Amino acid sequence: MKKKIVSLVMAGLLVVSAISGCGGSGGSGSSAAAGSSAAAGSGAAAGGSTIKIGSIGPVTGAAALYGEAVKNGAQLAVDEINAAGGIGGSKIEFKFEDDEHDAEKSVNAYNTLKDWGMQILMGTVTTTPCIAVTEKTSADQMFQLTPSASSQDVIAKDNVFQVCFTDPNQGIASAKYIGTKKLATKVAVLYNSSDVYSKGIYEKFMEESKNQSGTYTVVAEEAFTDESKTDFSAQLNKFKSAGADLVFCPFYYEVAAVVLKQANEIKFTPTFFGVDGMDGILGVENFDTKLAENVVLLTPFVADAQDEKTQKFVAAYKKAYNNVTPIQFAADAYDAIYIIKEAAEKSGVKAGMKTDEICKLLKEAITGLSFDGLTGTGMKWSADGAVNKDPKAMVIKNGAYTAMD
Amino acid sequence: MLKNMKKSTRSNIITYAMVIVAYIVMQTLVSTGSVTNLIQGLLVPLCAYSILAVSLNLTVGILGELSLGHAGFMCVGAFVSAAFSKINATSIENDLLRFIIAIIIAAVCAGIVGILIGIPVLRLKGDYLAIVTLAFGEIIKNVMNVIYLGVDSKGIHFCITKASDLNMESDGKIIINGATGITGTPHSSNFTIGVILLLITLFIVLNLINSRSGRAIMAIRDNSIAAESIGIDLTKYKMLAFSISAMLAGVAGALYSHNLSTLAATSKNFGYNMSIMILVFVVLGGIGNIRGSIIAAIILTLLPELLRAVNDYRMLIYAILLIALMLFNSSPAGINFREKYGIGRLLHKNGPDLSETAGTQRAHHVEGAGKKGV
Repeated sequence: MKKKIVSLVMAGLLVVSAISGCGGSGGSGSSAAAGSSAAAGSGAAAGGSTIKIGSIGPVTGAAALYGEAVKNGAQLAVDEINAAGGIGGSKIEFKFEDDEHDAEKSVNAYNTLKDWGMQILMGTVTTTPCIAVTEKTSADQMFQLTPSASSQDVIAKDNVFQVCFTDPNQGIASAKYIGTKKLATKVAVLYNSSDVYSKGIYEKFMEESKNQSGTYTVVAEEAFTDESKTDFSAQLNKFKSAGADLVFCPFYYEVAAVVLKQANEIKFTPTFFGVDGMDGILGVENFDTKLAENVVLLTPFVADAQDEKTQKFVAAYKKAYNNVTPIQFAADAYDAIYIIKEAAEKSGVKAGMKTDEICKLLKEAITGLSFDGLTGTGMKWSADGAVNKDPKAMVIKNGAYTAMD
Repeated sequence: MLKNMKKSTRSNIITYAMVIVAYIVMQTLVSTGSVTNLIQGLLVPLCAYSILAVSLNLTVGILGELSLGHAGFMCVGAFVSAAFSKINATSIENDLLRFIIAIIIAAVCAGIVGILIGIPVLRLKGDYLAIVTLAFGEIIKNVMNVIYLGVDSKGIHFCITKASDLNMESDGKIIINGATGITGTPHSSNFTIGVILLLITLFIVLNLINSRSGRAIMAIRDNSIAAESIGIDLTKYKMLAFSISAMLAGVAGALYSHNLSTLAATSKNFGYNMSIMILVFVVLGGIGNIRGSIIAAIILTLLPELLRAVNDYRMLIYAILLIALMLFNSSPAGINFREKYGIGRLLHKNGPDLSETAGTQRAHHVEGAGKKGV
């Protein structure tokens, strides 16, 4: 009996030491001083001379493409900044954690980064996990800048800012653009009803298009889901018989390639109008780029743009990552790191400051910033966290993106 | 003292004690600040997954039917409770009271769905039952994805087309927004409530197993024809086990949804991925072994998080560890090794040799599973 108790106690001790052992090693040296756990958020100041920026996104699973792009784009920016001397003299330490596009995993990733000593969060990549994480960053008062989570719910907290457009903004901008440029008289809309991004844009587009009834009317609207994104003949035939001369396509480029191909097969040739998810269409494997001729897209970034900044970024990105062409997510992340840098330098953020101090400084600094980056010039932020920048309209001519005026 | 008790009572006490000791240890560590943020954040999910594993073990281990739709019941509980909490966020001010009502509602709704699904499903056996439960799990998830629910001064609005079809007054607010799900659920879950729910779950399941009904359920598992011939009502007992299992999954769902501020039904959290994950907890913990389910749920939830240090390789290592665990658990060599050097052996050197009885019990379950072609 005695032996039993002794061995039980020993086993218990082993478990305790294993768990608290993790605490010591992961806590970046501050665990001893952290005191009560409630204060851990504000007490997580990293000792040393680096500014620790963390990022979260999916690098495994179905949305891995976007997380990977953000990770690479941000890393590129961090390396450049560090090579040029860092933020106000202190180098950046960057760490990326996987969340598998799952809210629960995202919170775990956030906690892991907090244990590492993260001071600023550049993330998360996708919307649903991002909302779960904003609740935590808001409680900890950590500055958060998301490159690509585009829902409006993401910026409900005052410490969260966006680099990308919100979904409603894209929908409204598209509807207005078609109206003011008189691109069409009869518009058809195709959207992915199982995708938050696509649906968000669609809903706002429909609202705004009612105000544009002077120039065009929406003659047909059809939906598809993630399970039914291979055959669009039914929808396209409907559009054709409704006499649509423009199809609004708020979804990603992989699907758009299929749509364009099938439209060509039934000899349906309206103007296809895409949003930022359409960027990448020219890079789809086995896709005849002639089909994309005259496709219009409203996007903040295209990899083929001719300005010096974009070309420099694309060349560096290709060199660093096996000749992969960067997508918009990578550009957003690249911009995000530079936005943090500019805001931090402006407000005098230094390594070793507490997270809530940094948050307060950056929150003030970012609203006064006018930032020129890859995804827009003269980007400005209001206190609610949404970015204000002009969408660029691009049209595909001779297999290349050209700016539309 | 423990020696003079019935074997089942002793085993149950060890299970309760394990949970309570783990709770006290963790609370002490948290209050002294020696636990990482990661572990602290995982405490509530660990409770939720333990409840799920225990409740699925009731269906798989005790009733002996392979259910692949367990996450569906969790989904029902999560959405119903989160919607309730969000609607009543201002009208019921006491956080704890609101959460308790939400949990009860989640349990009742998941139980009702369990009964509704049980009626057609429990007429099937073995593989067919597994496939149909898988389908029902997916149906529940997809239905959740198209539901729009809003509240305004006139009452509750509901539709399945799009948010603007709700036709709400200007003061309306959307509760469930289709595929976007629910955002802004109040954060009511905490570790203490999680452990209390786990203890209640254990109490329900362990008492059921050792009751007259439990013996009837196990008789059905072992030989349904023999059970029927001695007058056991097959439908009644199957339904009892299945609906209790669903109800407890609903409770776990409520715990899960009140721990995150967003809730969307994806295949990751409420689809078949999750169902399989729960089944893995049950199988690796030992089919029919309640204590094992909890331990497996904890280890397998912690592992991928603790492996974050090895970054790109973590999914690979996780898979290898799963295989290693499986070998350790059920290969003849693994069983042999455990019987020679296992903790059970060390603990019971002086007492009756438990490993032998455990061994025969296990062999029995394996045989039972084999018969169904699982």
